[in-house]
Amino acid sequence: MAWTGNVLRVNLTDGKVSKEPLNMEWARQYLGQRGLASKYLVEEIDPKVDALSPENKLIMTTGPLTGTMASTGGRYSVVTKSPLTGAIACSNSGGFIGAEIKNAGWDMIIFEGKSPTPVYLYLENETAELRSAEHLWGKSVWEADKLIHNELQDPQVRISCVGRAAEHGALYAAVVNDLHRAAGRSGVGTVMASKNLKAVAVRGTKGVGNIKDPIRFLQETEKRKQVLQQNPVTGQGMATYGTQVLMNVINELGALPTRNMREVQFEGAHKISGEAMHEPRPTDGKPNLTTNAACFGCTIACGRISTVDKGHFTVKNKPEYWHASGGLEYEAAWALGTDTGVDDLDCLTYVNFLCNEDGVDPISFGSTVAAAMELYGMGVITKEHTGGVELKFGSAEALSWAAEVTMKGEGFGKDLGLGSKRLCEKYGHPELSMTVKGQEFPAYDPRGIQGMGLAYATSNRGACHLRGYTVSSEVLGIPEKTDPHSTEGKPELTKAFQDATAVVDSAGICVFTTFAWTLDDIAPQIDAACEGDWSTEYLLEVGERIWNLERDFNLRAGLTAKDDTLPTRLLKEAANVGPAKGSVNRLDEMLPKYYALRGWTPTGELTPETRQRLGL
Amino acid sequence: MLKALKLEPEKCTGCLQCEMACSYENTGAFNPAKSRIKVFTFHEEGRFAPYTCTQCDEAWCMHACPVEAIVVDMATGAKNVLEDVCVGCKVCTIACPFGTVNYEADSGKVIKCDLCGGDPWCAKACPTGAITYVDASETGMERMRSWAQQSPDAAPPRTNPPREKPLNVYLSGQGGM
Repeated sequence: MAWTGNVLRVNLTDGKVSKEPLNMEWARQYLGQRGLASKYLVEEIDPKVDALSPENKLIMTTGPLTGTMASTGGRYSVVTKSPLTGAIACSNSGGFIGAEIKNAGWDMIIFEGKSPTPVYLYLENETAELRSAEHLWGKSVWEADKLIHNELQDPQVRISCVGRAAEHGALYAAVVNDLHRAAGRSGVGTVMASKNLKAVAVRGTKGVGNIKDPIRFLQETEKRKQVLQQNPVTGQGMATYGTQVLMNVINELGALPTRNMREVQFEGAHKISGEAMHEPRPTDGKPNLTTNAACFGCTIACGRISTVDKGHFTVKNKPEYWHASGGLEYEAAWALGTDTGVDDLDCLTYVNFLCNEDGVDPISFGSTVAAAMELYGMGVITKEHTGGVELKFGSAEALSWAAEVTMKGEGFGKDLGLGSKRLCEKYGHPELSMTVKGQEFPAYDPRGIQGMGLAYATSNRGACHLRGYTVSSEVLGIPEKTDPHSTEGKPELTKAFQDATAVVDSAGICVFTTFAWTLDDIAPQIDAACEGDWSTEYLLEVGERIWNLERDFNLRAGLTAKDDTLPTRLLKEAANVGPAKGSVNRLDEMLPKYYALRGWTPTGELTPETRQRLGL
Repeated sequence: MLKALKLEPEKCTGCLQCEMACSYENTGAFNPAKSRIKVFTFHEEGRFAPYTCTQCDEAWCMHACPVEAIVVDMATGAKNVLEDVCVGCKVCTIACPFGTVNYEADSGKVIKCDLCGGDPWCAKACPTGAITYVDASETGMERMRSWAQQSPDAAPPRTNPPREKPLNVYLSGQGGM
């Protein structure tokens, strides 16, 4: 039946672990991973709880396809209430630990309470043990990973860990797994550290064996691997350039938010693009990109593994950064580079290393630095605040300094750890924060891609491209092309993408498959693996149910329709150049239609009919 | 024609589809921990290397086994473990110079690659062609071809120190030429 049927509950306050059966009725309604863990969270915590208090819970969760041969079937998520947004958080990651949790015989791990002293969880199949992490506190993810592997004397243990940024309370800290993959967004790492939980180390040797119809499952998954292979994006583009294939494309479209979203095109984009990562450097003759790499079970293999030039100013005399590690994906290259105006590829790679090493979301970090740079340009933030550093747009030195102090939680790094919203409020210019619900924007300017404005404004976890990637349709023409400059049909498009993505996440596979797959490709794989009937139509209902469950949590947490909006800059200041010149985002044309489509009141609340239809 | 698994690490992305296929064929579960082929990740070098039994002709594991539990499959050349004969003494795991025979605590027996009776699942599952099942006498063909193609100028830089004597002097010293 693809689920293991087991939930591990870890009470950090009293140090007790217990095993309980998975609620199969909920599994039928919410599938797994994002949906199912959100259901558990919603049932178990008060939405108004302080995200960093012991009353919040944190769930590490897999999907029914996690750990199977379905392509990309290695995803897991960290679900909790976010300290950055106050909304529900679900941060998804690849790498290998998701499959390892499943192989150890568990669908999810629920952490509750707060440990009196730092601990880490060691989970080996049926044996779960909380161990002291006193010696790991204050260490980076990379250091702690090494120490835990040495301590357990098992190189095959997979580890999720928080770094120093989370310990210092940076509000957008990530949970990093397998050294360079991350449940990155919304500060899920900050919650984990607030519970004195440093790491989770897992070794599973039981495997995933209870597939409903194994022969059909192998046939269906093989057929869909061929679909990925034959698609130009997933079969070639992603392996060659990774998500960074988008840097030049989005720039030409005039939808690449630049210098804290003041502009929509970046003159240095070609220097930090996927193509540039292949160019041999003039200094050492080697390209930035060392190889591509796959997460567990992934036949796309878009991951970037990069190396910084040993002579580059960021790593000169720092041999600990001379090896290959997780390189720039599009979002990181954009936030760290375009949004700060820095076009130094090796500097961005170094800063990306730091984000992995100490566990912060590079999107939120880069955007926060960008806001600080704008404030510096206005003379609001001065050298007095920065300790003499010139925090100017385009300065690679300032960017790498900002990263170093943020990871360590030193001086101005404390302010940067607040995130863009709180930083801009602190310095008296809330309007300069490029955020929705307190979460920083990703790399698509909604003045040039209208649908993304609606997707950002209504995303249940704040500004995010992975909750409804209408870019697929508006830019890439997948599954069909729509006009990025028009608001026509965008409420329907946004809703469809939001519901479908909730299904993809909840299955335990990667959203990048949807460059080639539709739900018609995904449904047969789930149906062959899981008990019950899983048609495309039913899965869409599941997706819609998950979306509304998250929405309902947020409303009860105190968010309202007023939070479904965009920064004034994107609604009032028109794009200055490019194909979208003269455009703002026309959210007001889309939002009321979207509410109606969702079956919500004009003030964005679920109607009783909608609740009843979805069984909420 | 005898066939063999050909492993090309430079094509491997580390996805572990081979490990899942192998474990599924042998145990009925997707379980990399029980795979007879292993992918090693050298993270700091950015390299992945799939690795499994080479099916040695004079197989050390087979000769070392005190109860003759390892036998040759004449059709494929694979050295197979007879599970009901194996006593789990682990001598073969010590004898194998490559470490590709392994003891499995759950069953108390050893496991190794058996080429799936001539239709290896790892090769079928590999999405990048890093694992192929080819004519056993040609597993080095591509490497030979690529070396032969290189002009002296294009040869990659050597990291080994230069030898004091050319190799052929050593060989002729043995009277072999």
